[in-house]
Amino acid sequence: MIIGVSIYELLTVTSIIFFIGVYGFITRKNLISILISIELILNASVINFVVINKYLYPDMLQGVVFSLFIIAVAAAETALAVSIIINLYRQISSVEVKDTEIMKY
Amino acid sequence: MNLTYIILIPLIPLVVFLLLGIFNQKIKPKISGYIGVLGLTISAILSFYTAYKYFFQIGKGGGVYQTLTAKTTWMNFTDTLSIDMGILIDPISVMMLCVVSIVSLMVHVYSRGYMKGDDGYTKFFAFLGLFSFSMFGLVLATNLFQIYIFWELVGVSSYLLIGYYYTKPSAVSAAKKAFIVTRFADLGFLIGILIVGYYTGTYDFETLNNPEGSAILNWATTSFMGLSVLTWALILIFIGGAGKSAMFPLHIWLPDAMEGPTPVSALIHAATMVVAGVYLVARLFPMYYFVEDGYALNIVAYVGAFSALFAAIIAITQTDIKRVLAFSTMSQLGYMMLALGVSGYEGHEGLGYMASMFHLFTHAMFKALLFLGAGSIIHAVHSNLITDMGNLRKYMPITHITFLIAALAIAGVPPFAGFWSKDEILVAAFEHNKLIYLVAVFVAGLTAFYMFRLYFGIFWGKETKYKHMPYESPLSMTFPLIVLALLSIVGGFIPFSEFVTPDRTSFEAHLNYPLAAVAVSVGVIGILLAWVFYKKENRLSDRFAHGFGPLYKWAYDKFYFDEIYLFVTKKILFKCVSAPAAWFDRHVVDGTMNLIGNATMTTSKKIKGLQSGKVQDYAFAFISGVVIIAIVFIYLWTN
Repeated sequence: MIIGVSIYELLTVTSIIFFIGVYGFITRKNLISILISIELILNASVINFVVINKYLYPDMLQGVVFSLFIIAVAAAETALAVSIIINLYRQISSVEVKDTEIMKY
Repeated sequence: MNLTYIILIPLIPLVVFLLLGIFNQKIKPKISGYIGVLGLTISAILSFYTAYKYFFQIGKGGGVYQTLTAKTTWMNFTDTLSIDMGILIDPISVMMLCVVSIVSLMVHVYSRGYMKGDDGYTKFFAFLGLFSFSMFGLVLATNLFQIYIFWELVGVSSYLLIGYYYTKPSAVSAAKKAFIVTRFADLGFLIGILIVGYYTGTYDFETLNNPEGSAILNWATTSFMGLSVLTWALILIFIGGAGKSAMFPLHIWLPDAMEGPTPVSALIHAATMVVAGVYLVARLFPMYYFVEDGYALNIVAYVGAFSALFAAIIAITQTDIKRVLAFSTMSQLGYMMLALGVSGYEGHEGLGYMASMFHLFTHAMFKALLFLGAGSIIHAVHSNLITDMGNLRKYMPITHITFLIAALAIAGVPPFAGFWSKDEILVAAFEHNKLIYLVAVFVAGLTAFYMFRLYFGIFWGKETKYKHMPYESPLSMTFPLIVLALLSIVGGFIPFSEFVTPDRTSFEAHLNYPLAAVAVSVGVIGILLAWVFYKKENRLSDRFAHGFGPLYKWAYDKFYFDEIYLFVTKKILFKCVSAPAAWFDRHVVDGTMNLIGNATMTTSKKIKGLQSGKVQDYAFAFISGVVIIAIVFIYLWTN
């Protein structure tokens, strides 16, 4: 609970972060940038968890605990994605999306 | 009586066929010949044992030969209508068993010599086995449908054997012709069977043939287009029989079928398969006789008489010995048909029926002998034409004597087999229909004439220059000739009227001396004419042929029936029916299918860009969808 800041303002902020992530995911041509966009989407949802927990159920902790899980899973997922990207780079010397089209065959 | 062993008679040739057919390449030709002969020997022994048991021990019940059957139901349609498989033993089927087995056995033995060194030796014996199986099955059939199944099977084996020399185009086209013409006739047979099944509700011969049975009494009165439905059915069935037995106008396949190996001609196109049509009419004889006072039977008689005359006239002019024999076969089959046609039912009235079966029996012997003799001659001379032969009696004494016996038998000279059976036919014809009698006597004269034209042309006359000296055939070929010659001599003394009659009771058949004298003198006149014309090389026959002018030419070209058929099929059927049908198929049916295929292909080409494989595109589509749905829902809720 932050005095003077309502839940609507915080949710507006997270929505903005979320859509920035979505926009980045769709438009970026670089795999690293896409990964960063996905992180933005995840972070927006983590903030949402915490905010909703604090504002609607102040005497509970589930939201906070859940956000910790998400952070851990996101870290693992990022590590995996980065390793895939590194391997890809070794193969084709590029991290551009358009160069990875060959994978669909 | 335990009938189960009879089923071995058809099954043994089937086993031979499967054995030789499956292990075609692995069996040595010599062994395959022995296997074939051994199988048929067993079948023949069983057949004769059956005949002995049936005629002398168990067949008679109260002075009447009984019909013995053993069958299982195969397919049930209604309570009464079912297709059975089984065996039926009565005088004519037992008689046919003997004929088929003895001729088939002789042909097997003969083929071992005749086909020696041929590439398809094993295949040939396999096909012979298939044919024997089918023919035995046909003879033993208990109902119309079973006979139809085996009927088609003999058609197939005939097709395979005519086309045996499949590298020769003429043999291939002859095989196709035989198959298509008989198939076409079998269409009539099938429709006839279906009509019988629809109205009487049974296919079973025993039920159908019962003169007091419901089939004949009830349904004979249901009429369609002025005739009883059963008469229609019987006429259609007779069309099937006429196709197999090469009756006019469905005879065109038989002369061409001579393209097959000569033993095949002897077995299939002289002695056994071609008499299947006669056998079929005889099998349904009570129906033919009782339905509408024998309307259909009259048709049988006239078609038979006309075919006999027609074929005999053509036979006089032909120069290919196998073709002469083929037309002679057709003529004799016409004889059998007309004998059935003039027959009555009870007691002595059934003379025609008995004579027809008698003639079937004797004809099988001497015609098989003639064909095998012709095969022996062809084997020695390597030609089918009479003009390439002459004075062969010096080189081939056994063939000469046996051929002479067969020729005397078919010409109706006593005491050979043909005389007795032909005499019975003439008596039956004389008692029922004078016109048919006159035709039959005339044909008897023609028969004697063309047979002895053949005989003198081959064994007498001027000696032609042979490429190499003709020699007598090996024992495997002359042995069957001798056996069949003996049968042709003694076959006539079998008292057939004791055994084979329409109502199954015996009667005494006597020689009718005046009629016999007429027949014999006509036959002798024919022989003498042939003697004058062909014994020595002279111009007389050519002058006569010239004197007849166009008539001779017509007969030589078989009255242009092949050409008429070709005209009807090629010019009329192909152009007016097949060509439009083919156009419709190619443009409308194929067009529809092509349209569907092309439309699918074009559409998929247009939309295949959507499946880019890029996750970002999919994500974009997904999110746009979500956004659109969200907007729609918001819009709906706010209003």
